Amino acid sequence: MNSLTQYIDLFDHHRDLVDKGSCEVMNALRSEALDILKNSELPRKGSENYETIDLPAILAPDFGLNLARLDIDVNSSAPFQCGVPHLSPSIFFFRNDLYAEAANASENLPEGVFVGSLKRFCMEFPIEAKKFYGHIADMRNPIVALNTLFAQDGIVVHVKEGVKCEKPIQIVGILENGMPLMAVRRLLIIAEKDSEIKLLVCDHTQNNETEFLNLIVSEIIAEENSSIEICEMEESSQKTSRLSAAYVAQGRESHVSATGVTLYNGITRNEYHCSFTGPDAHLKLSGMAIEDRQRMIDTYSVVTHTLPGCHTDELFKYVADDEAVATFSGLIKVMKGASKTEAFQNNRNIIGNEGARVYSKPTLEIYDDDVKCSHGSAIGQLDQKQIFYMRTRGLSEEQARFLLKQAFMADVIDGISMPDFRLRLHALVERRFARGERNCNSCKNLCIPND
Amino acid sequence: MLKIRDLKAGIDGKEILKGINLSVNAGEVHAIMGPNGSGKSTLSMVLAGNPAYEVFDGKVDFCGKDLLDLPPEIRSHEGLFLGFQYPVEIPGVSMVNFMRAAINAKRKYFGLPPMSASEFLKMMREKRSVVELDNNLASRSVNEGFSGGEKKRNEIFQMAVLEPKLAILDETDSGLDIDALRIVANGVNKLKSANNATIVITHYQRLLDYIKPDFVHILYKGKIVMTGGPDLALELEEKGYDWIRNQSEGEE
Repeated sequence: MNSLTQYIDLFDHHRDLVDKGSCEVMNALRSEALDILKNSELPRKGSENYETIDLPAILAPDFGLNLARLDIDVNSSAPFQCGVPHLSPSIFFFRNDLYAEAANASENLPEGVFVGSLKRFCMEFPIEAKKFYGHIADMRNPIVALNTLFAQDGIVVHVKEGVKCEKPIQIVGILENGMPLMAVRRLLIIAEKDSEIKLLVCDHTQNNETEFLNLIVSEIIAEENSSIEICEMEESSQKTSRLSAAYVAQGRESHVSATGVTLYNGITRNEYHCSFTGPDAHLKLSGMAIEDRQRMIDTYSVVTHTLPGCHTDELFKYVADDEAVATFSGLIKVMKGASKTEAFQNNRNIIGNEGARVYSKPTLEIYDDDVKCSHGSAIGQLDQKQIFYMRTRGLSEEQARFLLKQAFMADVIDGISMPDFRLRLHALVERRFARGERNCNSCKNLCIPND
Repeated sequence: MLKIRDLKAGIDGKEILKGINLSVNAGEVHAIMGPNGSGKSTLSMVLAGNPAYEVFDGKVDFCGKDLLDLPPEIRSHEGLFLGFQYPVEIPGVSMVNFMRAAINAKRKYFGLPPMSASEFLKMMREKRSVVELDNNLASRSVNEGFSGGEKKRNEIFQMAVLEPKLAILDETDSGLDIDALRIVANGVNKLKSANNATIVITHYQRLLDYIKPDFVHILYKGKIVMTGGPDLALELEEKGYDWIRNQSEGEE
C-alpha cells in the first residue's frame, strides 16, 4: 500500500461527484490518469530528479478534497493586508480550489482577453478547450496524473491574436480550511499570435495550523511572436506543501518569462517543462527562495531545444538558513538540428549556517555543434570581505548580512518587467529577511507565520 | 588621540607587526611609508578591526578607549575610518542605501533618531562635491563597475559623510592618475581640521606633495625604524628602500 491508494480509493468511490462538479473536457482525461496512477509508484526521496523531496510522504496525510464543491467562507481581502500586492485592476481568486472573481474583474479586461473559470471555458468553447487542455502536460508525471484525476476547475487566460494586455492580470490563491485539504487547480494560458499578457499569481495560506497540499498544473502556450510573462509568488505556511508543474510550449519568435518567488513555504516543488514548436523563441526561467527553519524548496526544470535559434536563460537563487533544504536540478537539452541555440543556466546559493543544505545539479546535454551554452552553480557563504567593509562604515554584522542577502536577490527581482510588483517585491524581500523584527505600519505582520 | 604601544599582530598565526609604537594627536598628518611586505596594510587592518587578523600583544588607545576591544562598527562610530587600498564591490547594494544605513547606525549609537530623507539627500549632495563625485555613481551599487579612480574618490566621499576623528588612508594613491590623485588629495585636505587627524599609508612620496605630512614614519619588517619630518620622505625617495634595508641590517 502506498499513500496514493487512499486517493485512488477516494476517486473510485466518488467519481460521480468529481465528474458532476466539473465538465466533459476535464472528465474525459480522468480514466487515463487513473490507469497511470494505478500502475505506477510515486517517486521517493533519492530517486531520479527527486533528490530531496519524498512524494509519498507529502501525500501521506489524509487530505480532504472539496469534491462536492462546497463554498468555504474565505475572506478574499485578507491577503492584501499582509503582503500580497494588490496591483491589478483585474483580480481573480481561488478560494482553495474554487474559482471566484473580484467585482468588475472581467469588465476591466481589454477586448480579446478572456480570463475565467476553466470549467466555464470548457463548456462554452469545448473545441478550443479540448485542443489545449491536457495537451502539453505529460500524464506520466505523477503530479500531472494526480492533478488531472481530481481537478474540477481552474483558470483560463486566453488572449486573442494581436491583443496586447498591458496591465497585469492577478490571480490570488487562498488556502483556508479547518481540516487538512488538498487544493487541485489547473492553469491554462494561451497567447495567440502577436499577443501579449502579464500575469501575477500569488498563493497564500491563511490558516497556519492546517496541513495543505496545493497541487497545481499549468499549461502555457505561446503562439508565434507572442509574449507571456508569469510571476508566481508563494507566501504559504510551514504546513503547506506545494507541487507545481508548469508545461510551456513556445512558437516561433515568442517570448516567455516565468519567475517563481518563494517567500514563505513548507515544502515546495516547482517543475518547469519547456519546449519549442517554432524557431527563434526566447525563454527566461528564474526563481528565488528564502528558506529557513525546516522549509524545503525543490526546483526541477527541463528545457528541450529541438529547433534552431532559440534562447534559454535560467537564473535561480536561494538562501538557506537554519535546517532548510534547497534543491536545484536543471536540464537543458540541445538536440541535433537546434543550431544557433543559446542556453545559459545559473544557480547560485547562500548557505547561512551549518544545518542548512543546498543541492545543485545544473546539466547541459548538447547534440549540436553550432551552439552557445553555459552553466554555472555556486554554493557559498556571504563574503567576509564585504561584511568587514560594511562594518568599517558602522553597520553591524547583522545589518551587513541583511543588506547582502537582499542584494543577492536583486537581479532576480530586477528581471521582472512589472514595475509595481518589482518595487513591492523588493520591500517584501526586505521584510522577509528581517523576519518580523521590523514593523510595517500598514500591517500586523500577519504574513509572517507564527510557526 | 591614538596611542599604539608595542603592537604585535599578524594573520594565520604569522607575526607581521613586531612591536609598533606610534602616537597621533589631533590636527596632525602622519605618513607611513615602507617597502612591500613591511606590514603597512596589516597595521591598517588591525586598527580597523578586521577579524581575519590576530593581535598577539600590545595596546591601542583611541580617544581614551581600548580600541582593540571594540568591534569594527563601534570603532567606526567612535571616529575611526579606514580608506581601503582595494575598496570592496557590493553588487545590489546602492551607495545611497549603504550610506543611509551607515549614518543611521552611527546616529543610533549616539542615541539620535534616524536622519530625515531630505536632510540625508542634502548632506549627500554636499559631501559628493568634496571629491567631485557625480550623482550617477552615488546611485549605483557600492563600487561595482567603478574605475580605480572612482573607487578611491568614493572612499574619500564616505570619509566626508562619516566625519571621522582619525582617518587611515591605505595606499589611497595606488592606481590613480595625476588628476584623480589631485582630486582625492584635495578632498582629504578639505576635510582636515584641528580636531581630526590622518594617517596616510603610501609607497611613494608623490602623494605627499599633495597631502603634507607633519611626520613621516618608515615601516620595515613590522617595526617603525625611522621617524622624521616631511624631508624624510624626500630623502627616502632619493635613496630608495635599499637605504633603509642597509641601515636596519647594519644596526642588527
